[in-house]
Amino acid sequence: MRHWPKILILLLSLLFTQTDVAIAGDDSLHQIQVLLISNNFVEKTQAVSLLALHSHPRTEEILKAFLEGELYYRKSDKLLLIAKKQGRQYSISDALTGDELGVVKKREIKKIRSNNALRKKIRIVLARKELNSVDPTVRYQAVNAMLGNPDVGITSQLQDRLKLERDQKVRNILELALAITRLEGGEKEDRLSAVAAVSGSLEPVIRSKLESIVVDDPIEEVRVAAKESLNKISAKLQFYSFLETLFFGLSLGSVLVLAAIGLAITFGVMGVINMAHGELIMLGAYTTYVIQKAMPEFIGVSILFAIPAAFIVSGLVGILIEQTVIRHLYGRALETLLATFGISLILQQAVRSIFSPLNRSVVTPDWMSGSLEINSVLSLTYNRLYIIFFCLLVFVILFLILKRTSLGLQVRAVTQNRAMARAMGVRSSWVDAMTFGLGSGIAGVAGVALSQLTNVGPNLGQAYIVDSFMVVVFGGVGNLAGTLISGFSLGIANQFLEPWVGAVLAKIFILIFIILFIQKRPRGLFPQKGRSAEG
Amino acid sequence: MLALNVLKKTAVGLAAAAVLSGSAQAAGDTIKVGVLHSLSGTMAISETTLKDTVLMLVEEQNKKGGLLGKKLEAIVVDPASNWPLFAEKARELIEKEKVSAVFGAWTSVSRKSVLPVFEELNNLLFYPVQYEGEESSKNVFYTGAAPNTQAIPAVDYLMNDIGVKRWVLEGTDYVYPRTTNKILEAYLKAKGVSEKDILINYTPFGFSDWQSEVSRIKKFGSAGKKTAVVSTVNGDANVPFYKELGNQGVSAENIPVIAFSVGEEELSGIDTKPLVGHLAAWNYFMSVDSEENTAFIDAWHAYIKDKKRVTNDPMEATYIGFNMWVEAVKKAGTTDATAVQEAIIGIAVPNLSGGLSAMMPNHHITKPVLIGEIQADGQFEIVWETSGLVAGDAWSDYLPGSKDIIADWRAPLSCGNYNVKTGKCSGQNF
Repeated sequence: MRHWPKILILLLSLLFTQTDVAIAGDDSLHQIQVLLISNNFVEKTQAVSLLALHSHPRTEEILKAFLEGELYYRKSDKLLLIAKKQGRQYSISDALTGDELGVVKKREIKKIRSNNALRKKIRIVLARKELNSVDPTVRYQAVNAMLGNPDVGITSQLQDRLKLERDQKVRNILELALAITRLEGGEKEDRLSAVAAVSGSLEPVIRSKLESIVVDDPIEEVRVAAKESLNKISAKLQFYSFLETLFFGLSLGSVLVLAAIGLAITFGVMGVINMAHGELIMLGAYTTYVIQKAMPEFIGVSILFAIPAAFIVSGLVGILIEQTVIRHLYGRALETLLATFGISLILQQAVRSIFSPLNRSVVTPDWMSGSLEINSVLSLTYNRLYIIFFCLLVFVILFLILKRTSLGLQVRAVTQNRAMARAMGVRSSWVDAMTFGLGSGIAGVAGVALSQLTNVGPNLGQAYIVDSFMVVVFGGVGNLAGTLISGFSLGIANQFLEPWVGAVLAKIFILIFIILFIQKRPRGLFPQKGRSAEG
Repeated sequence: MLALNVLKKTAVGLAAAAVLSGSAQAAGDTIKVGVLHSLSGTMAISETTLKDTVLMLVEEQNKKGGLLGKKLEAIVVDPASNWPLFAEKARELIEKEKVSAVFGAWTSVSRKSVLPVFEELNNLLFYPVQYEGEESSKNVFYTGAAPNTQAIPAVDYLMNDIGVKRWVLEGTDYVYPRTTNKILEAYLKAKGVSEKDILINYTPFGFSDWQSEVSRIKKFGSAGKKTAVVSTVNGDANVPFYKELGNQGVSAENIPVIAFSVGEEELSGIDTKPLVGHLAAWNYFMSVDSEENTAFIDAWHAYIKDKKRVTNDPMEATYIGFNMWVEAVKKAGTTDATAVQEAIIGIAVPNLSGGLSAMMPNHHITKPVLIGEIQADGQFEIVWETSGLVAGDAWSDYLPGSKDIIADWRAPLSCGNYNVKTGKCSGQNF
């Protein structure tokens, strides 16, 4: 038993050091808590720095809650809480232990506010913690968040990670991140190899670092290498920016086509100048709003339900307008114009009275927000991507209806020769109502799409009526394919002009162009030929 | 038939009441104030709230016993967002209704439209909205922010506290953004920001296709220097703007947007998630922690009978303007316009952020400037404020045409457009 005393001492010392650590931990935790609750952002920043270094197992949860705006404290005892909103109350849990503490009223707790600088700092801290996550995409994002960040210790942390990393994608970005750190300072060879390593990367951080090297670096060779690398990058950038503008053009074009395609039927095929077309779009947008209100639990799919609903609502209103007003005014263009203008005012006021003059907020479902990142300079926003596809889909369906169904056949027959069609037993008045309903319904569907892009308010329709007529007239009255091509070309032209001359002038130029074009070709891009062309 | 009878009776009753009140007014035991805010049309969204604010203030003043022993009576007219109609309605208020002062107007163009009427008929207009400056009328009291009590401190904050080096000045294409951006551009250049670090851009009213604009901002902001957007984008064009910023991944942490026209009222009813962290500069936020503010919010909720309604900066400006007028009338002992004009200069009343705002000789007032970050609940977290109050400057010191001009409505100068270099007073000298 000679060893007893030794063991005893060992055990005792172990015990002591343990409690020592625990006490120190509590102390610094208390300090962090005080700093966090402070109203001073400098002190809060200190708290985040301390938390980052702290060994407490829940630091990550606390920081995440802080980032999400869910970190609170209890007014009575200043206890740090993580609170989640539940209706009008908050369910709280102890931030340090994770114990559930039940549900409280807003009055009992106070939010720990953060600001941009603080959120940015937390993101970096979290990224450093997530660097060793099991999920490679999390690791990738973590490194991405740290690109070009000069914080102390990041370089060595990245180097350590690179030694362990197996995933190729993460390795690449790790190497890139390390190359960025080598770009500044270090030996000439270091900088040269770094310039070579980052060559061709599109990250904005790299571009700005290279730019400063081109100006500031003392060694000629490095400057030249950086310059070359920059030239390569800007060539790539130009290409991607061209692609981006093209996408913007297609997207604006798809909006124009969607807004105009219903009009292409009512105005183009039937010859009715329908000034209330914009309001039919607006009704579609409001239908989306109502559907979302009716099913708040299923925002994600509500928009899919809204499409048929908007078609039916706008289509029925369209048929009603046709039956009560337009039917009596066929062949009298000016009177139709005035009457439908009146209807548009009535519809606007009706919406104002029912829904208030304020804009309504239509929620964008999660699957439609954000963007598809092709690379760090080119990303396509999901809502617009979906709308382009949706526009093409609507076009194809409409085209098929007109070309392949008996209704389509009758519509074409009536527009070509009304008297003859009636002689053949086509109920022309029924066909008129159905066609107008179809055109109006499509306008409603366009409203669903527009509710995702713009404000849903009583004036929504007015913003699109001029554009719609422009597209139909430019494309050639009575020609669906013409509408499609004209919408997309006007959209693309507008987006290519906009960076040059600004949004206001771009629109003016487009209008001037159309006026001149109509002077030269009054029947638009694709005039109707042969029998269907009016005398 | 019964319903019709009831209707008839009510109509007769109403007519009788109108006649009665008409005769009561003629007897002259009320002091009338005009409320000239659009209750229909595009501006109704913003202006209706201010009408309600004035009505609430009048009611409260009457509960306190009125003014000079008389009850206050608010006369509400609706200029319907129609600028020439503003002038007509102003004339109607002054000539027909014989009001002692008018609270109203929102857009700069409506103010410009009524200005000659107030000067001709010598009445008082209290204008409660932030505006572009470059004006000082004997008959108008500007209780909202001038560029130096909103835009300039906001830029200072971004420059000194956030370290912004590159600037996008994004605005809607009309007079307020254009003038403000002209002032800001001159200011930034005076601070040593080079031409290529400033991008100025305008979009039409109600603009919704923000994709290229945002992409341009993104590219401009990727040059390695900290970039911020100073937004004078007006009205509902803001919603698609912020939505597009969110979709294209422009976060407040990378490129913050500071807005001068986005307040609590504009944020209520839109999805604020993509906006969190973006900034706004005002002289008041609903989240201001002061006793006056809590009392004001409670009074507002009680008056409007809706706990969800928010308060905003133009409401505070209306509150300050109304109280200043009340104090000035008390001091002058009369509601006579000329006497009130003389009495009001130097009068200080509590503002809602816990201080006193005073009417300066140039008819602008002193205010604190606050910067707030948008929170997920549609409120602002105040992240910065000026250490003291800032006095509104009618003529900007940063524009070549107006830096030598001052406004001082005290005798003997009594001029809103006095050139200190030439010693001449031009225009607006009644």
